[in-house]
Amino acid sequence: MLKYLLEKEFKQIQRNPFLPKMILFMPIMMMLVLPWAANQEIKGIQLSIVDHDHSTLSERLIHKIPSSGYFKLTNISQSNEEALESIDSGKSDIIMEIPNHFERDLYTSSKAPIMISANAVNGMKGGLGSQYLGNILSNYSENLREEAGMISRQTSIPQCKIIPEYKFNPYLDYKVFMVPALMVMLLTMLAGFLPALNIVGEKEKGTIEQINVTPIPKSIFILAKLIPYWIIGFVVLTICFIIAALVYHLIPVGNLFLICIFAAVYIIVVSGMGLVISNYSDTMQQAMFVMWFFIMILILMSGLFTPISSMPDWAQKITIFNPLRYFMQVMRQIYLKGSGFLDLLPHFIALCSFALFLNLWAVLSYKKSS
Amino acid sequence: MLIVLIMPIVQIILFGFAITTEVRNAKVAVFDPSCDIETQRIKQRIDASSYFTIAQNLTDYNQINDVFKKGKINIVVVFSKDFANNLLHTGDAAIQIVADGSEPNQASTQVGYLSQIFASYQQELLEQYHVPFRIVPNTKMLYNPQRKDAYNFVPGVMGIIMILICAMMTSIAIVREKELGTMEILLASPIKPIYIIFAKMIPYMVLSLVNLTTILLLSIFVLGVPPGNLFWLVIISILFIFLSLSLGLLISTLVSTQAAAMLSSAMGLLVPTLLLSGIIFPIESMPVILQDISVIVPARWYITAIRKLMIQGVDVQYVLKEFAILSIFAVILMTVSLKKFKIRLM
Repeated sequence: MLKYLLEKEFKQIQRNPFLPKMILFMPIMMMLVLPWAANQEIKGIQLSIVDHDHSTLSERLIHKIPSSGYFKLTNISQSNEEALESIDSGKSDIIMEIPNHFERDLYTSSKAPIMISANAVNGMKGGLGSQYLGNILSNYSENLREEAGMISRQTSIPQCKIIPEYKFNPYLDYKVFMVPALMVMLLTMLAGFLPALNIVGEKEKGTIEQINVTPIPKSIFILAKLIPYWIIGFVVLTICFIIAALVYHLIPVGNLFLICIFAAVYIIVVSGMGLVISNYSDTMQQAMFVMWFFIMILILMSGLFTPISSMPDWAQKITIFNPLRYFMQVMRQIYLKGSGFLDLLPHFIALCSFALFLNLWAVLSYKKSS
Repeated sequence: MLIVLIMPIVQIILFGFAITTEVRNAKVAVFDPSCDIETQRIKQRIDASSYFTIAQNLTDYNQINDVFKKGKINIVVVFSKDFANNLLHTGDAAIQIVADGSEPNQASTQVGYLSQIFASYQQELLEQYHVPFRIVPNTKMLYNPQRKDAYNFVPGVMGIIMILICAMMTSIAIVREKELGTMEILLASPIKPIYIIFAKMIPYMVLSLVNLTTILLLSIFVLGVPPGNLFWLVIISILFIFLSLSLGLLISTLVSTQAAAMLSSAMGLLVPTLLLSGIIFPIESMPVILQDISVIVPARWYITAIRKLMIQGVDVQYVLKEFAILSIFAVILMTVSLKKFKIRLM
């Protein structure tokens, strides 16, 4: 029985003018384009400087800034108003204002203020920008001190080196972060959307009636819907692995086989979710929107783009019920850190229970009589 | 239909509260072989800041790998041996920060905050020793002093929802009539085709205006985003709604099945809007080719304009460029799609 149903499903997928192309091209397109676009790295911050002092020290400071690489000096304004206007019109992101008597204060009272105003609409950009600027300033004062020869390094100036080190991704390449997560997103979209549209499609065409009058048990029917998407999921995953290895030179640190085991369970989870939704929808439009709505929330709350640890506590509790979250962590940990099965056992149990629960629900909610 | 009204609400709440990249209570593990007064003080500083909590004390340097693999610790701080003595006398004291680079953004922000904590500690020590040539930065955050991410995301959510409701739903609704065959009946009736189009578009226009209102109310009263230049904000939103409707109409003239309409609007509109309009990922950080492509994504201009009008509260003269570009888009799309709309069936 199952064999014939599967044959039917595969023939339908094959004869669809759209599906096979999409299964092939969507992963390729997304894997090739997305990692380049998805970059939250902050660079090229536009800086506007207001120099009221016009002294040697302030000139030198201005010359020092572009050499840091973080900033693009857009203009040297004459007045504060002019600088503020350049922020309003989006020409600059940060203003650095050097006050009057900057040089004199540094020599006489040994300390001088500098005003930094950052456009914080994008809070991260504003924050990091002013931080970088602060680093440059403290570096500059260090230089001045050394030049003045007032302090040799051995006297009692408290000094401490700070050495940052980035594990698993030493150059903080954003693509390394995105590629494993993208695989999760692709699997979710393809293995989730397609089954959701499938049963509703049969409802809209009326072919579901024909199946309803046959003696096929519910569970076999659902199984016949699941298996093709399971196979499609693996095709997609293979394409992703190949692109990741060839284009991004990203080969899992951990065990590839372990990824496959998790993926096998995960595809069942999302396909089950798609089937549940399609059981409750009457039109493709409806199924599409409900699915889109859920996937959007699930993706946003999975830690793909923004970390779960930054969320407020209530949101963190909600993510416990998000299957994507577990698979996302699994992918990143195996791919980048090389975690083993024992490290990920809680994730495995969680995913298995999701799979069981959602598919039971799919079987139970599929009604043969209307 | 209900979902279309609920979606913006859920999204605003999600984006407003849950989707943030702010560092909060990152879990720090410390390896401190010297355990002296200075390291104790620094550790207290770390724990006291709202960005970090010290979750674990390591007893062995080699444990670092294990804690990262378990995924429970975000960042590790390692003090050098004999820290206090070296700090005050030899200048050889060092703090190593080991961050989890598998999340690059978080890693660099966390390292930044930790370095700041260490730097301010050092600054205080310098203060005690009266060191010359100290430049004291005085930082002010404009428009968004608390650096809330919501300020950055709300304009983006507005863009997504408009595209989704206007463009996607219009295209699906029109194609649905084609697929069911009812379009034939409409076209055979004496109603002018242009009226059919407008009759299809107006309900979605009303719907998006309702959504626009809910989004604005929620973001102003719940998220505390400033309303800014409200009048022009609404005007430019209506322009954008009109543009999205024309986009939806254009798609519906190009495809013949609902599934194709959905997929092409998802792939052709939603993905570019999400990725290339600067909602989550800043456009300046993209490779040049993608920056060039982003020029033809209408949402990019809309979102830029909204950020300026709403958050920065500037006058309309600063968004004239965006206004002009959006108007040109709208006119072109509307003309093309009206031309392409077939009065006869094949």
